[in-house]
Amino acid sequence: MSTQLLTDITIFVLALLVGFEVISKVPATLHTPLMSAANSIHGIVLAGAILIAVTANNALGYILAFIAAAFAAMNVVGGYVVTGRMLKMFRRSRTPVATAEAPAAVNGQSQDGRA
Amino acid sequence: MSSFDWITQLLYVAAAVCFVLGLHLMNSPATARRGNQVSTAGMALAIATTFALVVRAGTVSATGWIVMIAGALAGAGAGLYSARAVQMTAMPQLVSLFNAVGGGAAALVAINDYVRLAGATTGVPEATTITTVLDVLIGAVTFSGSIIAAGKLQGVINGAPVTFPGSRIANITAAVAGIGGGIYMIATPSVPCLIIIILAALAFGVTMVMPIGGADMPVVISLLNAFTGTAVAMAGFVIGNWALIIAGALVGASGSILTKLMADAMNRSLRNIMIGGFGTGDSVAAVAGPGGDVRSVAVDDAAIQLAYAQKIIIVPGYGLAAAQAQHQVAELAALLEERGAEVSYAIHPVAGRMPGHMNVLLAEANVPYPQLKEMEEINPEFPRADVALVIGANDVTNPAARRPGTAISGMPILDVDQAKSIIVIKRSMGHGYAGIDNELYVNPKTSMLFADAKSALTDLIAAVKTLVG
Repeated sequence: MSTQLLTDITIFVLALLVGFEVISKVPATLHTPLMSAANSIHGIVLAGAILIAVTANNALGYILAFIAAAFAAMNVVGGYVVTGRMLKMFRRSRTPVATAEAPAAVNGQSQDGRA
Repeated sequence: MSSFDWITQLLYVAAAVCFVLGLHLMNSPATARRGNQVSTAGMALAIATTFALVVRAGTVSATGWIVMIAGALAGAGAGLYSARAVQMTAMPQLVSLFNAVGGGAAALVAINDYVRLAGATTGVPEATTITTVLDVLIGAVTFSGSIIAAGKLQGVINGAPVTFPGSRIANITAAVAGIGGGIYMIATPSVPCLIIIILAALAFGVTMVMPIGGADMPVVISLLNAFTGTAVAMAGFVIGNWALIIAGALVGASGSILTKLMADAMNRSLRNIMIGGFGTGDSVAAVAGPGGDVRSVAVDDAAIQLAYAQKIIIVPGYGLAAAQAQHQVAELAALLEERGAEVSYAIHPVAGRMPGHMNVLLAEANVPYPQLKEMEEINPEFPRADVALVIGANDVTNPAARRPGTAISGMPILDVDQAKSIIVIKRSMGHGYAGIDNELYVNPKTSMLFADAKSALTDLIAAVKTLVG
């Protein structure tokens, strides 16, 4: 067993603890966007896919690299876009529909600014 | 270490900081969007750094570049399209699909690395074999399991628990083959053995998810999410990249927390869910609850009740989403608010097909998030509610959960029965997933509005409007 592996395990365990600490504070309202955001974060595997493409030098290597790159890129791009799309829908107040409601909506927005 | 290596490592650390900050900012809906942007920036940084590493190494062949870029573009296009096109009700399928490709990519990274090392004269270091085995096992299980989960959610595969004679044995055989093969491979590295492990893990993923029913999907998705994270971290071990290890660990933590929350909210252990079938394990003799008559109500009467209520709590369940009635419920709530009523929503943790799903569906219907209340927050408010309007929720409102000896005993429920009056919109007296009678329906305070959620809400909106006019 190498020191490299020991360092890697240390980093893994500490990151796991940081994850538990940060994520246990996310309210239930945001659990779907949270999971989607976590999903996009594991799209970091794209970095891994790029790094293995470096060493590919035969047909099998190229096929594996192609599939890995496609999977990972789908994961990372789709994950961030859909998380953004969901979070955009969470509003503090109802968006104004009629002109009569406009003043109330302005109040709502200023509350948003303070928050 | 050259200064270039130093800089790339520091940039990876910066990316990891962005991921943690991004997740931290998700602790409130007000800052969550910024969190996603910070996380995206971190990802862009990590990918750019990796590109710089690859370019500087200069060993990539022209074919390698074409393959990599073509793959990335094809994947990015597919991801972008599905993320833009997906309906919010179909979000669990999409998340499952992203779990599948993430886990699959993580397994492929290790497979590729292993095959290359096995072909080299130096052989494969023991530590690499161990992490490769773990990565391939977890990644392949996630891949096939998530595909099955997505298929079940989409309705392509039967959503009910699917079992066949010997399915449990097949599942155990796959597990034994995968783990046994893994141990053998650590002792004597070989590529054919790796292939056996891959096949066993894929088979295990399929046989693990097939017997799990639709109502348990929130737990399954969370668990597969945790698996994907772990697989990505293992891929990080294999190729010695800290960014992958940290990001994978964060996702693993997130998935584990959500898995526990969901299992707790259903009052079921993970083991019980994996074995499959609600209440099939030990059938509990039904303890007779307080009997009584069911009182049915017409739309007009229900509308009057709602129109003159001061405080209304809406209890939406998956039935609401299945009927695509979230926009109608939001419209009714807005109308009642205009009349001066206080409206809030009581969201049970497992309302929907994934953690927090109902919140997203209501947010899409333009419901402001301060009105979406979690179970612990809303339960003390039920006694002050004039009307509790239950739409498409069943087991999570059943007071029988408070008594021992029923199929749902001990499950955390919404205290709907404490409200001054209760209106339940439901198509029939049919059972929920637990397969038991809901004692809420025979409560003297309860009136049942037998109709489809969408048409009932449309009628209620019209009826309340005539009262206003």
